[in-house]
Amino acid sequence: MEKIPILKMGEFLLVTIQVDMHDRLAMALQDDLTATISQTDARGVLIDISTLEIVDSFIGRMLSNIAAMSRVLDAETVVVGMQPAVAITLVELGLSLPGVRTALNVDAGMELLRTSVNANKEMYGSRFH
Amino acid sequence: MVVVSTESVPIKSEPDVVTVRRCVREVSAQLGLSLVDQTKIITAASELARNTIIYGGGGTMQVERLNGPRTGLRLTFEDHGPGIPDVELALRDGFTTGSGLGLGLGGSKRLVNEFDIVSRPGQGTRITITRWK
Amino acid sequence: MTETQVNQRSGRLASIVGQHREKILAEWIAEMSGSTRRTDLMKEVDLRAECTRFLQLMERAAETDGANFQASSFDAVRDMLSDVSRSRTQKGFRPSETATFVFSLKRPLFNEIQSQHKGDAEAMGAEIWWLNELLDSMGLYTMEVYQKMREEIIRRQQEELLELSTPVVKLWEGILALPIIGTLDSARTQVVMESLLQAIVQTNSRVAIIDITGVPTVDTVVAQHLLKTVTAARLMGADCIISGVRPQIAQTIVHLGINLLDVTTKSTLAAAFSLALQRLGITFVRESAKS
Repeated sequence: MEKIPILKMGEFLLVTIQVDMHDRLAMALQDDLTATISQTDARGVLIDISTLEIVDSFIGRMLSNIAAMSRVLDAETVVVGMQPAVAITLVELGLSLPGVRTALNVDAGMELLRTSVNANKEMYGSRFH
Repeated sequence: MVVVSTESVPIKSEPDVVTVRRCVREVSAQLGLSLVDQTKIITAASELARNTIIYGGGGTMQVERLNGPRTGLRLTFEDHGPGIPDVELALRDGFTTGSGLGLGLGGSKRLVNEFDIVSRPGQGTRITITRWK
Repeated sequence: MTETQVNQRSGRLASIVGQHREKILAEWIAEMSGSTRRTDLMKEVDLRAECTRFLQLMERAAETDGANFQASSFDAVRDMLSDVSRSRTQKGFRPSETATFVFSLKRPLFNEIQSQHKGDAEAMGAEIWWLNELLDSMGLYTMEVYQKMREEIIRRQQEELLELSTPVVKLWEGILALPIIGTLDSARTQVVMESLLQAIVQTNSRVAIIDITGVPTVDTVVAQHLLKTVTAARLMGADCIISGVRPQIAQTIVHLGINLLDVTTKSTLAAAFSLALQRLGITFVRESAKS
């Protein structure tokens, strides 16, 4: 079964979802990400869905889960590039993806991650003194 | 109402949900639905197909292209599972029997122009949705 | 209609058209040379080609299914009628002139039936009747197609009108403004959402100011529509500020118990713009006067 690749960029992880995922692939991504965040001690996860044309309640739930699980592992999640048609459909479905931060594109998303990570550092100090 | 063509897609296990999406995308694109309308009906189909597997134990999706006087797409999801005991309740947002957010039917209903559901405990469920161009 | 009746009609119509095609064709075109021929809009040679083709299709369909216009064997006939109706409307024919394309086929066919049933009034009457019904269905079908075309045009114009009445304005790099004038119903909300979200993507804007100064009443329904738009924009990564909230509207919102969640609202567009600039970290500095 194909896996969705997870790229490491400094202290962040980048995931680009391009395929029409079936449920098992989505679950696998969830597991992979949590494992990788742990292993690499990543501080942030960027999920690029700019080429994803369909986001139904299952995928929506997956994104919410990833955000929640990452937070437990002390990492921020940002979802970027949602297409207008997808946003309109999600709203109609009644899904607002609480707990999931969003940005327009990868650049904006990285900026968001960096500022929030820095803010955390300022508040709680760096992890390693 | 003239049904121009019909095709039937089996929904047995979760990879079939992707097949359903692809099929609905193809037909709705051919019918010339707008991008937003396409996205809505494909997403609704994805939700209902998944329900068919999880709650209905598998079933079929019938795809009908409608033409004259209006152009549209009608999908019928049918299973012979346990059926839904309280349809009213199921249509209300936030309802769930299994795990998850349980947004199922109410949400899907808002994505389409027409939504019809027939379900009897012990006899299965049939849900018909229509999206006009 | 019984099975035998269908078969009889199949045979009859197909043979009438098949055996006397040239004669029927000539009479048909002659029939149309009355006031509705519109030689200004259509050349003789084109009309002749059209009629020939139509007779061919009708013969083929009649061979299978007699006179059942709704049957699948008449699909090609229906398609051609649809094309005829559409192309003629585009050329400038009135719908009644298009329908005459079909109705003028009656006399040639009836003439043929008459000569074949010499003396047998009852048989002739019965045959003329079902043929009449078939041709009526065809004529009415051309009218339906025309109607559908008009409806499509009206709908498209309505959409364009809606789009024009909700322009999206770029106030600054990254800041959009959407002044809404008039009522906000669900149809309009769809258009508003689509244009705003498209604009957000195209201009890479992080803040969208939705100005409702021109919206006369804000009730729970309107508030829901606004919330939908704001939520959709947020899912994409853009923030919304609602401006133009008049004191009366503020009262209504509180009165109705509408929960605007954490949507920022401002009374003026200027205030909203100022806040948007703040959020983007932009400040304006006044140049010192030259001494």
